[in-house]
Amino acid sequence: MMMNNYLMLSAALFVIGAVGVMIRRNVIVVMMCIELMLNAANLSFITFANYRHDMTGHAFVFMVIAVAAAEAAVGLAVVLAMFRNRETVDVDEMNSMKG
Amino acid sequence: MGLDNIWWVPILPLIGALMNGLFGYRMGKVWTTFWALGTTGLSFAIALLAFGNLVAMPASERVFEKVLFTWVQAGSFTAEAGIQIDPLSGLFMLIVTGVGFLIHVYSVGYMGEEDAYPRYFSYLNLFMFSMLLLVMGNNFLLMFIGWEGVGLCSYLLIGYYYKKDSAADAGKKAFIMNRIGDFGFLLGIMWIFWTLGSIDYTTVFAAAPHSEELMRHTRWGGLTVVTLITLFLFVGATGKSAQIPLYTWLPDAMEGPTPVSALIHAATMVTAGVYMVARCNVLFNMAPVTMVVVAAVGALTAIFAATMGLFQNDIKRVLAYSTVSQLGYMFLACGVGAYVAAVFHVMTHAFFKACLFLGSGSVIHGMSGEQDMRQMGGLKEKMPHTHLTFLISTLAIAGIPIFAGFFSKDEILLSAFMGHTPGHIFYWLLATIAAFVTAFYMFRLYYMTFTGELRAEDHHVRDHVHESPFVMTIPLMILAFLATVGGFLGLPTALVHLPHVLSDFLAPVLNPVAAGAHGEVAEGGHHVSWQMELGFMAFSVAVATLGIFTARYFYKVKPEAAEELARKEGLVHTIYVTVQNKYYVDEIYDYLFTNPIVVFSRKALWKFFDVKIVDGTVNGVANWTMGISGVFRQTETGRVRNYATVMAAGCLVLIWAWIMYL
Amino acid sequence: MEMIPLPQISVGAIAPELTLVAAAMIILMLEVFTISKGRDNLAYVALAAVGVAGYLVIESLGSPMTTFSKMYVVDDFSGFIKLVCLLGAGMTILMSVKYTRDEGIDGGEYYSLLLFATTGMFFMVSGADLITIFLGLETMSISLYALAGYARGRLASNEASIKYFILGALSSAFMLYGMSMIYGAAGVTNLHEIARIIGQNKENIHLVMLGGGLVLIGFAFKISAVPFHMWTPDVYQGAPTPITAFMSAGPKAAAFAAFIRVFSDALISLQYQWWIIVWILAVLTMTVGNLIALSQENIKRMFAYSSIAHAGYILVGFTAGGKLGESAMLFYLLIYTFMNIGAFAIVAIVGQQGEERTSVSDFAGLGYRHPLLGLAMVALLFSLAGIPPTAGFWGKYYLFTAALDQGYVWLAILAALNSVIAVFYYLRVIVVMYMREEKGESLPQNAFPASIVVVILVAIYGSVLLGITPGGYLALAASSSLAH
Repeated sequence: MMMNNYLMLSAALFVIGAVGVMIRRNVIVVMMCIELMLNAANLSFITFANYRHDMTGHAFVFMVIAVAAAEAAVGLAVVLAMFRNRETVDVDEMNSMKG
Repeated sequence: MGLDNIWWVPILPLIGALMNGLFGYRMGKVWTTFWALGTTGLSFAIALLAFGNLVAMPASERVFEKVLFTWVQAGSFTAEAGIQIDPLSGLFMLIVTGVGFLIHVYSVGYMGEEDAYPRYFSYLNLFMFSMLLLVMGNNFLLMFIGWEGVGLCSYLLIGYYYKKDSAADAGKKAFIMNRIGDFGFLLGIMWIFWTLGSIDYTTVFAAAPHSEELMRHTRWGGLTVVTLITLFLFVGATGKSAQIPLYTWLPDAMEGPTPVSALIHAATMVTAGVYMVARCNVLFNMAPVTMVVVAAVGALTAIFAATMGLFQNDIKRVLAYSTVSQLGYMFLACGVGAYVAAVFHVMTHAFFKACLFLGSGSVIHGMSGEQDMRQMGGLKEKMPHTHLTFLISTLAIAGIPIFAGFFSKDEILLSAFMGHTPGHIFYWLLATIAAFVTAFYMFRLYYMTFTGELRAEDHHVRDHVHESPFVMTIPLMILAFLATVGGFLGLPTALVHLPHVLSDFLAPVLNPVAAGAHGEVAEGGHHVSWQMELGFMAFSVAVATLGIFTARYFYKVKPEAAEELARKEGLVHTIYVTVQNKYYVDEIYDYLFTNPIVVFSRKALWKFFDVKIVDGTVNGVANWTMGISGVFRQTETGRVRNYATVMAAGCLVLIWAWIMYL
Repeated sequence: MEMIPLPQISVGAIAPELTLVAAAMIILMLEVFTISKGRDNLAYVALAAVGVAGYLVIESLGSPMTTFSKMYVVDDFSGFIKLVCLLGAGMTILMSVKYTRDEGIDGGEYYSLLLFATTGMFFMVSGADLITIFLGLETMSISLYALAGYARGRLASNEASIKYFILGALSSAFMLYGMSMIYGAAGVTNLHEIARIIGQNKENIHLVMLGGGLVLIGFAFKISAVPFHMWTPDVYQGAPTPITAFMSAGPKAAAFAAFIRVFSDALISLQYQWWIIVWILAVLTMTVGNLIALSQENIKRMFAYSSIAHAGYILVGFTAGGKLGESAMLFYLLIYTFMNIGAFAIVAIVGQQGEERTSVSDFAGLGYRHPLLGLAMVALLFSLAGIPPTAGFWGKYYLFTAALDQGYVWLAILAALNSVIAVFYYLRVIVVMYMREEKGESLPQNAFPASIVVVILVAIYGSVLLGITPGGYLALAASSSLAH
């Protein structure tokens, strides 16, 4: 069935994103992976909305897109500050606080 | 002054504590003394008047409850903060304010040269406030607040000489042990509220005998709910009143100033557990299993602590072990249902033990801070007042007739012998042996300190030995007087045909069923013939005298005999060494709880097990906890990718468990 | 021509939110015209907005309404939590005045972001729809990411921000994915409708459970429940102290409120599935938080672990549920806000410029150098440790009684045991303050501006006086709970 394929794709994207956050060290790539996860959720919303012929899912997706944009803006600003302070974008080097 | 103003009794010491705590360093010693003594003295005066009013009332009306304000009102739960004065709390109130005031006076002399004089008095006043709250509150939560408060003050005062590591450690240990006890106590209170829907004494004790829920058998070994509740409460009592297994903090608590040992660690705070058990007698009577536990723990503590006091050389540690042992007697009395005897012993013990501690303080003062009895001796002539009062109190604790301790201890022994609690004859036997041991080590202390030759080597100390000032000796004399006459409140009725004053007075609280009946009822419900009573007394006196003469032989007549005995190989030697090493409890604890940790985390060991060895179990547990803490800490790697991995793993586990099992 | 039905809009219902947003924007504009000396005034504009919003929230108590196509609900439950959030915001603003000036970060955006974050919380607690809740959560989170890194030049602050951002966004993704599944199963996003549909129709139950699990993880992250707590210590330690104080109070309360609303409204039919999960989370959270806190040297980090443990205690109330459990949670959130922000205010005072003195040993001898400050810290620590008669004691007492009341005996025992462990690390600070050799010099005279003194006084009121007469607030909490 069609819906299942979309859902599988969405799940695959979500897992790829999650694994990416876990294994990638470049903070920009990590942000991209998070974006991927959000879009996986969006795909899932759209699939269900389409299946049910209901507009709420679409509305939700628009909201999420707006939120993701805001999040990316703030995230990039934080990364910029990080690069100024440390001259690196490797998240593993941000470990001065631990224990 | 009517009973309406009774709330001034706890509030006044609080005012004193606040004045000295906030402004003490600015207003100078004279004003500090004024606030400390003034507030406690006034509090004692009010307590005395109120007590007079209470006695003047007809026996059946001697319960006065004053609700100060509605504390909490939320849904079905209502708690009113108020004060309840009845014979039991009235008596404790009098002991706390009276002995407390005397010890304040004594402290003026003893602590006079301390820099942190205001700090000391503000803690001491705060202690009085908490203790009064504990005994005068009208519900379990107020008792708990006071309970926590006295624990805190005790902790602060043990660690008073905080620059000394051993003092800080001892404070820490006392706090840990007490927290374990408090945990049990709080669970008990919460369970009472849960089953009976109230925390108010009047409501709880009225509802308890009819409650079916309390008698319900639980899954835990088929014990009834009330048994579990009282066991939880008793855990609290073992912590606060230094019973097995939570007793080891009390000997270490002697690191605090001596007047503190007298007030908190002998006369008042440590008897809070006895007060609580006596207060909850309705509940304890419903739980025979708990009664056996209470009696057994009491008897075992009495004998165990007494033997540990046998060969200690620090004058205060001997007294500390004797306190633990005497508290054991009180719990034994509670366990066999003789609450009156327990409260009676609390009272007489407060007099003679406070006097002994203050006397030892006077000796230490005179000896320029020396606490080792091997350095003392022959102080009889140099310190006549201290000597006389000390001798009286020693006779009282040893159980020699006419002195207060004799009557109360005799009543406990008789109650144990005649009791219903399973195994009571065995407990009686233990307590009797403990009485012999007590007489022995107390007179060992007396002879080593006051008779013979002064053994101090330092000539500064030798030249400096002197009697203490009157501000210290007068409280001693008053206490010694009370330790002499205090016993007449509870003369054995079978022997002299006078009423057992204390028993009649306390009957409405401690024995509501038989209120109005005479002393025999309180002693376990048996009628005791005068022949039997007399025989019993003779036996006790014989035991005590035997103890005294044994001590006299070894430590006065033939001091070398004791040393010879210690040197001689064989069984006697082994016993001597074992006892002197406190049964190797420390080493056993040490082996069980520390060795695995050496392997586990050497660093944590060095850091946290700097060890006064007796710490055993408690420090062991603390160490394990710190070790686990260290291991858990390693999980916070500081790397954000690891955090994300943990989150994802948590997510997988959660989803998996949810789908698979639910 | 057919008339198009306009959606029902009642601006009055969101008056507090509008006030906060308007004030935030006004502050942004004012900042342009303000010389650096007058920047303190921006704080007072923000404070005034908080006050007005508080007044409006109090006005709305007692008259529940649902508006904006049933996406927004104003009831006593949301009102109580909003007041807690405003209390946290107000105290934070006051303690920020001197702090931001000292650190040279006294921009207007700081206060705007605080107000935006508070608005986000309002939307979370009032959200009656998954969309509203998600939007509120994100508004709050994004503002907090920026605030955590507000001390741009300081490495620790920067690191806190990065970590919070990555993990926060990750948790949002989990939550969003979960919401999509719930939507897929129910076909609606309104909480009441979800409850109705999945209550009747059990065929998509697995999808709902999966979605519910993921949403639960999102909330567990925000309230820092173990094992989703890993960000908390690093972020609390690195963020500017007033922001740490802010994060530990309001956002947590808002997350708990949304958590309650989603799980005891929309997913009520799964109650028997999720209580066991929350039970385990509560025990893990209390235990791990308290254990690790024992071996901390940095006081901000220690408070971070302590706040994890406190979240565990509140979860005990959540497990118990019902009217008693919920009102116990509400009450605890309120007093926790008082005492924790107060304690952080003192940490900020002692920390001084650049937050150089944040280790526990920096408190040595404080009790003698500054007796009143020391006394205040003792009172707050006692309250946090739950020693009677402080408010903290009552809070714990209610939570544990609620658990006992529902028959969770073991949970209550474990919680009580945990509160015993907790006493040690709080007490350690007191011991250091009073029983260690003094070191370091007294704080400068200007370390105690009126603004921060007010914060400490309010905190003392909330943790000590409220402990002596907690009645009124308890009654308020009881009447505000969702369950009846």
